[in-house]
Amino acid sequence: MTTDMGQFHEIFYEESFELLEGMESALLELEGGSDDTDLIHTIFRAAHSIKGGAGTFGFTNVSEFTHTMETLLDEVREGTRPVSSDIINMLLESGDAVREMLEALRDGTEENQARVASLLDKLNIELGRAPGAVASAEDKSNAQVDNQEAPAGWKICIKPNPEFFQSGNDPLRIFRELSELGELETIVDTGELPDFSDFDPSQCYLSWELNLFGEISREQIDDILGWIDGDCELTIEAQGVSSSDTVQNTTSPVQTTEPETTVEKVATQASSEKAPAVAKKPAPVKKGSGSIRVDIGKIDSLINMVGELVITQSMLSLLGEDFDMSRIERLRDGLDQLERHTREMQESVMRIRMIPISSTFNRFPRLVHDISKQLDKKIELQMIGESTEVDKTVIELISDPLVHLVRNSLDHGIENPEDRIAAGKAETGTITLSACHQGGNIVIEIKDDGKGLDADKLRSKAIEKELISVDDNLAESQIYELIFKPGFSTAEAVTDVSGRGVGMDVVRRNIMSLGGIIKIESALNQGTTISIHLPLTLAILDGQIAKVGDEVYIVPLASIIETIQLKPNMINLVAGRGETFKLRDKFMPIIRLHDVFGIESCESKQLSEGLLVVVEAEGKQCGIFVDDLLGQQQVVIKSMETNYKRVQGVSGATILGDGSVALILDMSGIIRRWQSNNATLQLVDDKVAAL
Amino acid sequence: MEALNTTDFVMDSENEQLAQFLTFYLDTELYAAPILDVQEIRSWEPVTRVPNTPDYLNGIVNIRGAIVPVVDLRLRLGVPTKEATSETVVIVMSMDLEGGLKQIGLVVDSVSDVISVSESEIQSTPDFGDMPNKEFICGMANVQDKAVMFLDNHRLLTIEDVEIASV
Repeated sequence: MTTDMGQFHEIFYEESFELLEGMESALLELEGGSDDTDLIHTIFRAAHSIKGGAGTFGFTNVSEFTHTMETLLDEVREGTRPVSSDIINMLLESGDAVREMLEALRDGTEENQARVASLLDKLNIELGRAPGAVASAEDKSNAQVDNQEAPAGWKICIKPNPEFFQSGNDPLRIFRELSELGELETIVDTGELPDFSDFDPSQCYLSWELNLFGEISREQIDDILGWIDGDCELTIEAQGVSSSDTVQNTTSPVQTTEPETTVEKVATQASSEKAPAVAKKPAPVKKGSGSIRVDIGKIDSLINMVGELVITQSMLSLLGEDFDMSRIERLRDGLDQLERHTREMQESVMRIRMIPISSTFNRFPRLVHDISKQLDKKIELQMIGESTEVDKTVIELISDPLVHLVRNSLDHGIENPEDRIAAGKAETGTITLSACHQGGNIVIEIKDDGKGLDADKLRSKAIEKELISVDDNLAESQIYELIFKPGFSTAEAVTDVSGRGVGMDVVRRNIMSLGGIIKIESALNQGTTISIHLPLTLAILDGQIAKVGDEVYIVPLASIIETIQLKPNMINLVAGRGETFKLRDKFMPIIRLHDVFGIESCESKQLSEGLLVVVEAEGKQCGIFVDDLLGQQQVVIKSMETNYKRVQGVSGATILGDGSVALILDMSGIIRRWQSNNATLQLVDDKVAAL
Repeated sequence: MEALNTTDFVMDSENEQLAQFLTFYLDTELYAAPILDVQEIRSWEPVTRVPNTPDYLNGIVNIRGAIVPVVDLRLRLGVPTKEATSETVVIVMSMDLEGGLKQIGLVVDSVSDVISVSESEIQSTPDFGDMPNKEFICGMANVQDKAVMFLDNHRLLTIEDVEIASV
């Protein structure tokens, strides 16, 4: 049973988080001045649904808290309380507190009780009640609400219609199921039984009175009795305090039958008393279990595709039953069709993993709201293209870097209102967050109309930090790149929000690890635009198949700049060993894949016999020497780590058309491997020289 | 015998702890592995080599869409390797380790039999002193007048290869 409950808990958490998100965006919209009663209703409904769910599962602290929120919201809804920014802030904070409580419950950790208690006090003050002394009508009704949701027991009267049995009802089964919920006492009324001569075995003459003890929710009973509703007269009554001793003996955190005199201070103590009991509950649901909500349309298209595939398959097997060469054309057609369907199906399966980026964008209105308040700036957030779809893994990994970038724009980009007016700009700054598809990539842009990056200041700062030397002549774009260096911060004062100089390098590393790139454009006093280009999915990759000796490798197409055939006059030797080549007046090292991977069966010893794939990784360009290129293909990335471990220079493996496995190369890993190989060679050389 | 997983042993009618093992040959030596860990036995087929990995890692293969590493058990135990014959097989083991269910293929010379051994029959490995790779053998027994060495297959996977883990 515990595992089943865990499943329901998880759904409850997921739904609650979604509701909280909806509540938050509605609150922010409300603050933006829109006076829509629908918004208030949305907020109210969210609080109400969470309260109901929490009550059902016995998360009393959550349901009590949301109940207080609901009371406040009710007054707003009725129009007896005006919407002020104080109330909105309080509700936003409360939403955070509820989220924290739920997270604490989900992860089995302890919540911040002090914060919850103080918030609850604040809410109560707002409601015009003294904090702490909450034995008012409000909390009594609160207790009653809980009583309704999980009372000590139930009295159920079933008086079946005579045709009760004819609809397939079996009272025995019902009683058995009820008795599984708790202690069951049945009293049967045989008064209606006729004389034996009048007895019709297909009719029901009995009626029952049942007493069910234990903490059982109305829903659980309705689940069982719902079937017979309509075939009988059914009354269900909650039995409250009469069986209070049964309840108090149980360890459950639901203390619904507490005598009402001690309800005093429940609000403040509730969280402190009950939270540990709840936290100990054996439901440590794994965090982020990786479920995904899929649009039904995507599933439908997938089902259609499978249908097509089945038809093609049966057509082919029919063809195969008595095949002769005259039907070769039809076989070819069938195979073509099969290929087409398979490809389409692959695409629609991939689409299932795609979710709108709004799931990440949605957290920004709140972030901007909070930070602009903190920094005393007036900032408006615009979002474009929230419905752009991206692979779930990408979304999960991109949200932290995005938060960082937006914080930076808020803190360093947008100026104070006074400065803005002095600079002849509108008082309110604007941050635009946009997402769109561009080829096989998604492009996310964070644009602000703030003061922009000051190239001169960056330059002198970099010199001061000894990241560049005074003589370095850098282009503007190169100077902007400096902010991605570790330990580089332009903020004159370190604030809470940002400016500690950690971060931008981490942001860039994160984005690179996703196979993306990050670019900065800026104009002084006009603003900064940071654009992130990311691959749409991490599951499929466009690859170039390269042959090295007898081995076949996949080079990610995205990292290839071009492929050239070397002529002997393009090759230069550095210190007799290091091979470099000149491409359009730029020297680049040549990496022989044979050497890096230790492949003996090497066909082309001469560089002019093979091909050179010019690749770029981590801003470095170099030539990878391979024997031959075989073709391009989309490959499905399979992790090597599932059963083995990470191997340097290899980002994964894939399965080729013939069922064999090919390794997908990781260019930056290969370059690092090659450099460390060279370093050891150098070391050996030095030792030899020393002898 | 603490190294052998006691859950492999089931009570039989005489209340004795019995466990089944798959036996296989490396050269003339007979080895055994818990049958519950064996997922399937495949004939040997060429693997895809993985660069910069230890010798004993033959490479990786595709088993119904999963990438599975294949280990040459001869090399892993320090026995000289030998060319694959028609009898060479890959025993695919599937083990529940900390990181989840892990699969690994072991190349052996040939499979032999399935034997039932009671826990009491398995003796601890004699002390060989400093013999390399002795940690992979967790016990010995006499079965039908042949010495059988019990493979600690979990350890085959869990012992980290420092030289590649460090890069």
